[in-house]
Amino acid sequence: MRDERFNFAFLDERSKRMIRRALLKAIAIPGYQVPFGSREMPLPYGWGTGGIQVTASVIGPNDVLKVIDQGADDTVNAVNIRRFFQRTTGVAVTERAPEATLIQTRHRIPETPLHERQIIVYQVPVPEPLQRLEPREAETRRMHGLAEYGLMHVKLYEDIARYGHIATTYDYPVMVNGRYLTAPSPIPKFDNPKMNMNPALQLFGAGREKRIYAIPPYTRVESLAFEDHPFEVQRWDAACALCGSRESFLDEVVTDDRGGRLFMCSDTDYCAGRQAAKAAAA
Amino acid sequence: MSLAMDLASVGPGLQAPELESQKIFRAAAEALAHPGRIVAMQTTASMPAGLHEASGALALSLLDHDTPLWLSPRLAGAASFLRFHTGCPLTERAERAAFAILEAGALRSLADFDNGEDAYPERSATLIVQVERLDDQGGWTLAGPGIKDRAQLRVEGLPAQFAAEWAANAGRFPRGVDLFLSCGGRACGLPRTTRIEA
Amino acid sequence: MYVAVKGGERAIRNSHELLAEVRRGDPAVPELSLEQIKQQLKLAVDRVMTEGSLYDPDLAALALKQAAGDAVEAIFLVRAFRATLPRLGYTEPLDTSRMRLWRRVSATFKDLPGGQVLGPTYDYTQRLLDFSLLEPASKAAAPEDERAADAMPRVVDLLDGEGLVERHEPPAGDPDPLDLTREPLRFPAERSVRLQNLARADEGFLLAMGYSTQRGYAHTHPFAGEIRHGAAEVEVIPEELGFPVVIGEVALTECQMVNQFAGSKTEPPQFTRGYGLAFGHCERKSMAMALVDRALRATELGEEVESPAQMQEFVLSHSDSLEASGFVQHLKLPHYVDFQAELELVRKMRRSA
Repeated sequence: MRDERFNFAFLDERSKRMIRRALLKAIAIPGYQVPFGSREMPLPYGWGTGGIQVTASVIGPNDVLKVIDQGADDTVNAVNIRRFFQRTTGVAVTERAPEATLIQTRHRIPETPLHERQIIVYQVPVPEPLQRLEPREAETRRMHGLAEYGLMHVKLYEDIARYGHIATTYDYPVMVNGRYLTAPSPIPKFDNPKMNMNPALQLFGAGREKRIYAIPPYTRVESLAFEDHPFEVQRWDAACALCGSRESFLDEVVTDDRGGRLFMCSDTDYCAGRQAAKAAAA
Repeated sequence: MSLAMDLASVGPGLQAPELESQKIFRAAAEALAHPGRIVAMQTTASMPAGLHEASGALALSLLDHDTPLWLSPRLAGAASFLRFHTGCPLTERAERAAFAILEAGALRSLADFDNGEDAYPERSATLIVQVERLDDQGGWTLAGPGIKDRAQLRVEGLPAQFAAEWAANAGRFPRGVDLFLSCGGRACGLPRTTRIEA
Repeated sequence: MYVAVKGGERAIRNSHELLAEVRRGDPAVPELSLEQIKQQLKLAVDRVMTEGSLYDPDLAALALKQAAGDAVEAIFLVRAFRATLPRLGYTEPLDTSRMRLWRRVSATFKDLPGGQVLGPTYDYTQRLLDFSLLEPASKAAAPEDERAADAMPRVVDLLDGEGLVERHEPPAGDPDPLDLTREPLRFPAERSVRLQNLARADEGFLLAMGYSTQRGYAHTHPFAGEIRHGAAEVEVIPEELGFPVVIGEVALTECQMVNQFAGSKTEPPQFTRGYGLAFGHCERKSMAMALVDRALRATELGEEVESPAQMQEFVLSHSDSLEASGFVQHLKLPHYVDFQAELELVRKMRRSA
């Protein structure tokens, strides 16, 4: 049920309008970080305020919302954000990825492929892929303006020289539509290939850093690589202990204090679906 | 003419602004995310003469005090309606507008509008261009982000030099304007990344 | 078999209930009233109003109560409340030279028109625990004539007459300043934007930054030209009237630092200024703000930018307690997907080593 004391989706209409204008420009300039007048939300910065503001500006009464954190619907932060939107919009919620029209996520892209009628909203802590190499925004904006990304290539190359491979496992930088160097948010690089030519609209909100960016559907997204060091994703020797998947991203769970380990899907909906299918077949 | 003087002639705006704006925004986002796809944009507002339903819907949903608007001379009659319902300032100088609404025949150089800066390309204008016909068969072949393979779009009413103007706009990337083409209660998007191939 | 550690709804609800209980403390002890907080924890209320960017002692007191006295949490509550409030109008600029003063001191002149007014201050208390406060005290009465002083000229305006202090004229056309609560920072940020940022900045951060300028990191030779604390009238000009109408007063603390300046290619030797302003009584904050404001003017005054307090991006991007506290504490959120990815990497690197 919607709590009528709040505006629909909490934000006031003028704030939404401002964010919507930023979103439209973001869609028109794929991968470019649009600065926006991020509002203080009733959740702390760093906890999804950017994603929440994007979702609040996009969501309508007919949407079906799914919220995940680390791939799971029932982690505390996901629960908290989902409750926030249930309370302020009254929209239907789901855990089933294909049924959702709007998915807000932190750190994962669902394993089940997205479709054209979906929007995925990423929570982004650090939207600037160059920030760790050049903290000054005035400088990084200039570099983006000129597509001057030598700094990042040097960094990756130094990794190779030092370790024999690129030592970045998450928030692995991508090039969007061949033009803008973009942070995919801290998803594992395992998820990077899912961004390429994805049928869904991908929106990114960084509340603390006050930027919004987007990747339209069917847009080229390439993970940075070198010819002699192609991009590779993580693989596990193990299978999910619950559904047996060897294709999904696995979380490692410590089962005891004697070194016991087991692996299970990070995407709880995907895992539950496979378990149900197995049970039905049995 | 002062705003107060012609308020009597201003028709009603959105009856459910919260929900209608959201719906129109989603249609606008869909249009820009799928260039060439024609989307419906209808509202409960009574648009002034000359303003297409979709142009008015976009304006009522996206404009406010922070968005200077430029209207082509033939659409000057819509000024008090838009100013009253959105609070947007009007500007006579096209290069200062965040949004512009114009009929296709009034479109000259896209460089006349704010094209943004290399470091801040989002500061460019968004143009709402009213055309005589929109069809997703025949006409142009479109390609670029948001388009799976190729899309078709047939537009009538744009001046002959439009394709050249559009190519010049792409040449300024990341700077450049973005377009909505409106026709009655329907519209489609042409973001600066869309290429017109034929 | 492993049992899922995730799982949320109930855990959150239980946590809320526990929090309410801990916040309230022993129910046998009478509950704090907002009036008590406003009256007896006034400086905390003032800080919450200042950094919360909302002049409302009642809401600030409520926030402090809800936050169990945690100023940064209370500031967060106030900011989140104010963020979506409708904007009804704009006031005229405050005229601090017409403030009704409760306190006014200058470190640059022994005496000056209006005199030094010590007012209520901890400055000359001996910091000895006052055990008499262990018991509820009877009413403390202050001498009546020490209470408030009428408006008096600002010290910098006195220096101004001689042309020894730089003048600050509004820029051509007196454009509206960018509103930081509605638009993001852009670099380089002009002074009006920087001052907004500093006014909302975390007091502890500003204090450390200001302090660093006194220890050789961007020395700016400051003198406390004046610190004044009092009440200023707030005026609006209703469109239908066309002249200013007083709608109330706000308590303020203003600090003007004057800094020795040897001159530059375009400016003669003179004193430059740093400015600090806060709601209520926040002297530490406004003084630190004035030091940092002056340090941030380095480029404008042709000084080498070498120290953190002179670096716009460094200061302005890290000054906000909401941003800092949120991002530091977001490390509490689950990061096991990323950690898993790193774990695999470290294992791989050790295998190949």
